[in-house]
Amino acid sequence: MKTDWPARELVHRDYRHHPPALAPLYKTSVLRSPRNALISLQNSLSEITAPVFSQREIGPRDSDLILNYAKEGLPIGERIIVHGYVRDAFGQPLRNALVEVWQANAGGRYRHKKDQYLAPIDPNFGGCGRVLTDDSGYYCFRTIKPGPYPWRNQVSDWRPAHIHFSLSGEAFGQRLITQMYFEGDPLISRCPIVQSVGSEAAIRTLIAELDTHAAVPLDSLAYRFDLVLRGHRATWFENRTQGAA
Amino acid sequence: MKEYLPETASQTAGPYVHIGLAPHAAGFAIFEQHFGHDLTQPQTRGERIRVEGHVYDGSGTPVRDVLIEVWQANAAGRYDHPADRQHDKPLDPAFRGWGRTCSDFDTGLWYFDTIKPGSVTGRDGRPMAPHLNLWIVARGINIGLNTRLYFADEQAANARDPVLNLIEWEKRRETLLATREQREGEIVYRFDIFLQGERETVFFDL
Repeated sequence: MKTDWPARELVHRDYRHHPPALAPLYKTSVLRSPRNALISLQNSLSEITAPVFSQREIGPRDSDLILNYAKEGLPIGERIIVHGYVRDAFGQPLRNALVEVWQANAGGRYRHKKDQYLAPIDPNFGGCGRVLTDDSGYYCFRTIKPGPYPWRNQVSDWRPAHIHFSLSGEAFGQRLITQMYFEGDPLISRCPIVQSVGSEAAIRTLIAELDTHAAVPLDSLAYRFDLVLRGHRATWFENRTQGAA
Repeated sequence: MKEYLPETASQTAGPYVHIGLAPHAAGFAIFEQHFGHDLTQPQTRGERIRVEGHVYDGSGTPVRDVLIEVWQANAAGRYDHPADRQHDKPLDPAFRGWGRTCSDFDTGLWYFDTIKPGSVTGRDGRPMAPHLNLWIVARGINIGLNTRLYFADEQAANARDPVLNLIEWEKRRETLLATREQREGEIVYRFDIFLQGERETVFFDL
């Protein structure tokens, strides 16, 4: 088994950077949000540990959404690279974090049996991928830029183009799901899901920037999207029976 | 003053979370290995249990598009993670302690096949009662909800558990107790989660 890590606590989550559970303009949140306050815990081993993933579980094409479902040809749409670093609040790289993504195709249609939008399925596009960050916290996907799509909230609401991101770090208390948006999209400021995040500064953490330095000439554009998970305090917590390390 | 990086803001997992986290449930095969609801292997030590339930919204309707992850210790009460330094308790090479499940699109029922965990030492050195850590995401949930499942038949341990005792409203502690039943030789713990309302489940800020 791996060598010991110190039993470090997570710094508390700052809820001012997150959407509240109840955000009435996002209608589904009304009946799916608790009415009681969360009960705050001081960390125990249950919160500072999490599953450790191995490269063996990830297939060689899992991070290439252009090829990982291609059947008879390439998917249709804008070829892009999405890449960046996963760090903690102190700027330290998060190694071996599991990054999972999913998205609609170029026309805004999801490959999901519950999606009935009339834009067609692309036979060569699945829409999901996953990768483990390297020692510097870096991850990289190749994909097709997703299209915006309409949804039943207000009848004329449209989601901005977005890629869903799920992150598993070193601690179960770092678990996070979010969405990445694309710089300059005029639907961002009109979206009740985006705007459920109260502060402009926090919304900016969700917008990927066009990154022409990473674009591959005559092949793919690139977007840069860095993510930050909660940090660990430098001090160890006291635990009388654990001390033997 | 030192600047800290703010945590990336959470967003809902949306109705199609299965595409990314459980593509087989979305209706297609893409990855060679997928992460699922069965935490056990034939060699895994411990008492086999099924944990199942529904998640209900504030109207009492089952949430049919929920995704739940579980994180738990092994039968000896140790987590398979290097920060767990309870060296007096053995690791189980056939048990990782993590799984992922989604509710059935028609009935809303979800389940895990796992083992009953042992007691983990709490932060003050005293034992915590056996529990599963659950993380719940779905359409309409803006930030993942954390809760704990405790076992109703562990009365003595539950009565001393430091986290249950932190809940000052004794009535609300009951929302974290899963009830044991036998079903054709199988041990099933039933755990319903109420997102809102009279029987609202206790959720934690970890």
